[in-house]
Amino acid sequence: MSMNKVKVTIDGVTVSVPASYTILEAARAAGIMIPTLCYMKGINEVGACRVCLVEVVGGRSLAASCVSPVTEGMVVKTNTPRVRATRKSTLEMILSDHNRDCLACIRNGNCELQDLSELYGIRKISFEGAKSPTRYDDLSDSIVRDSSKCILCGRCVAACKKQDVNVLSFINRGFNTAIGPAYDISMADAPCTYCGQCIIACPVGALHEKEDSERVWAAIQDPNKHVVVQVAPAVRAALGEEFGQPIGTRVTGKMFAALRRMGFDKIYDTNFGADLTILEEGTELLNRIKNGGKLPMITSCSPGWIRFAEFYYPEFLDNLSTCKSPHQMEGAIIKSYYAERKGIDPKDIFTVSIMPCTSKKPEATRDEMFNPALGVRDVDAVLTTREIARMIKQTGIDFNKLPDEGPDQDLIGEYTGAAVIFGATGGVMEAALRTVADILEHKDLLDIEYTAVRGVDALIKEAELEIAGIKLRVAVAHSTAAARKLLDAIREGTAPQYHFIEIMGCSGGCVCGGGQPQVHAQVLMDIDLRAERAKALYEEDLLMPERKSHKNADLDALYKDFLGEPNSHLAHELLHTHYQQREIYPDSIMGE
Amino acid sequence: MGSTKTKTHDEQVTLLEQVIAKYQGQGRKALMQVLQEAQAIYGYLPLDVQRTVADGLGVSVAEVYGVITFYSFFSLNPKGAFEVSVCLGTACYVKGSQAILEKIEEELHIKAGECTPDGKFSINACRCIGACGLAPVIMVNEDVYGRLTPDQIPAILAKYKEA
Ligand code: SF4
Ligand code: SF4
Ligand code: SF4
Ligand code: FES
Ligand code: FES
Repeated sequence: MSMNKVKVTIDGVTVSVPASYTILEAARAAGIMIPTLCYMKGINEVGACRVCLVEVVGGRSLAASCVSPVTEGMVVKTNTPRVRATRKSTLEMILSDHNRDCLACIRNGNCELQDLSELYGIRKISFEGAKSPTRYDDLSDSIVRDSSKCILCGRCVAACKKQDVNVLSFINRGFNTAIGPAYDISMADAPCTYCGQCIIACPVGALHEKEDSERVWAAIQDPNKHVVVQVAPAVRAALGEEFGQPIGTRVTGKMFAALRRMGFDKIYDTNFGADLTILEEGTELLNRIKNGGKLPMITSCSPGWIRFAEFYYPEFLDNLSTCKSPHQMEGAIIKSYYAERKGIDPKDIFTVSIMPCTSKKPEATRDEMFNPALGVRDVDAVLTTREIARMIKQTGIDFNKLPDEGPDQDLIGEYTGAAVIFGATGGVMEAALRTVADILEHKDLLDIEYTAVRGVDALIKEAELEIAGIKLRVAVAHSTAAARKLLDAIREGTAPQYHFIEIMGCSGGCVCGGGQPQVHAQVLMDIDLRAERAKALYEEDLLMPERKSHKNADLDALYKDFLGEPNSHLAHELLHTHYQQREIYPDSIMGE
Repeated sequence: MGSTKTKTHDEQVTLLEQVIAKYQGQGRKALMQVLQEAQAIYGYLPLDVQRTVADGLGVSVAEVYGVITFYSFFSLNPKGAFEVSVCLGTACYVKGSQAILEKIEEELHIKAGECTPDGKFSINACRCIGACGLAPVIMVNEDVYGRLTPDQIPAILAKYKEA
């Protein structure tokens, strides 16, 4: 491919840019910011909102810079009176049919529409148009839809399409146009994975997570509740962004310090649960291979992926590992082993999981995640990275000045580098291989970096390994769209015979989950968020004294003193689960 | 849309399968065409037809529904033996067609776009039908009624109720 370059002059600045650039991209290269609203690089490039208009000298009408390609010698003006007036009235038009309730809005302070309104000095809305009909839907455990805030930019529809789930669509026409599932049913009934990529894409407060912070504050303040918190690996790779730190900054130490100051009784890392998962899942894999069990075995850590399989690929449910996801395992261990050792009634324990994921919320409320023998749930509340950031801010802690601390060290405090990389695509596979290889080879292998399964450029990655004479074929897919491709190939028999597959519902893995900080579309023009955040995790892996899950000493004790061995009867009871086919738009949801 | 009433359910299912088979492999591109042919078979496009079309073309139900609700010639609900079209064009709107529509909805106990359970009446809110001089205007099948006030509605509907 030739990198044809063209020269364009933007506001008097001449730059040489690839011929494939849009005016918007060329302007950015020239150091000129053109505002955008519906645009999201690689996701939504449709030219719908007209906020990014510019004047192209010689052209008659203004051009939407996000979809207009550059041409040789093009002269562009982005800051003429006509451009400014048009952008401003476009904005006013959008705002006239908007529920401008900024003070009580979840995106207050982090809203692309609010930013533009501020940028263009909107002081009053000249036309007070009629407000289109609105819908507020908070019936699901995961996603809240507030159409009074929706500006119909289509970014969520495009994000869901990128995931190849297509739950959200433009529905109805004219003044009644809205976005929603078919029949505008609740997200609780829609065939949605709750991956939250639509939330990540939304520039305003029209889509957001169902908030659980008040429930968690209440538990913290309840003297009769012993509140145990755990944090997923991916959170440390992004939480800093909420406090102004550069993208990719690892804030593990400050994160634990903040949690301690917030008043949680016990602070753990989900990484312990991740190490536990590797032992359970690795053992399950070896058993399936040895005993002719169902192959390929597919990982089950990502609840978005699990829902996707339950809705769209039910014939693969037997391929799923029966392992619960790491935070559910850890919750189950806290309510059993931990409770027993500490002499606390499991009913008095309140477990909180801080997750990069919006699908973990409904995962925690699944019937299968209730322990009937103890009468308790594994996990009582799930908070997203965004929610914990808000809570930290509410406490008045100066996050950036906190010292570095770690999780509590007793019983289940230890974790290894293998666990940390769970948060990035390929990480679960690599962690599993580190352990499986040692078991099969009966040694402590030094070569532990499986770089073939790392990285974000390919959505499906493959590797073939030979361990102790056994040929192992593995694949890694990230995003439900990639999962669909891979499973279709397996179904049609065009894929090789894999033994083990890792699937994560979101592209890049948990580091870019639906519960992570939302990054402004303009910032996303310059970086690959997935790669930046993943770096933080691979860095932590390198820093850990132990980098293989089976080297976790606390885990060793857990098996010796409590569970027996991986996949034991008790382990099955506490740490494994099952799945159910889900119907898409069943007649029953249509009411009446 | 013709003689939809004469086909049995099984015949309709077979016909729809044939339509989908005809467009196999074309996916999203064939959606409009398939929906038009499906509507010709069923007279309207209920959820189970949407599901079948979505599965057949490899698109989602939400996409199918989005297309149906975007184009006014697609209908989610069956048409009644008598279709009551209420003009909501500008001239009629200004002369109070909204109140006419509400009166009809009240009389028939259904909303615009719906059909009475006995299949007799359906209401269709439509755009200008070119009789602005008579605003506000409604049509019952081919019969036009103009310069209406809400209190005239019960008598008009009564004629068809008996028919
Ligand atoms: S979406 Fe943005 S502009 Fe709208 S109310 Fe919320 S913060 Fe304000
Ligand atoms: S949560 Fe994921 S699957 Fe559900 S609507 Fe949003 S993007 Fe689509
Ligand atoms: S919900 Fe958000 S992303 Fe979706 S169309 Fe509305 S404003 Fe855009
Ligand atoms: S039209 Fe370019 S950002 Fe919306
Ligand atoms: S507006 Fe009703 S007939 Fe023209």
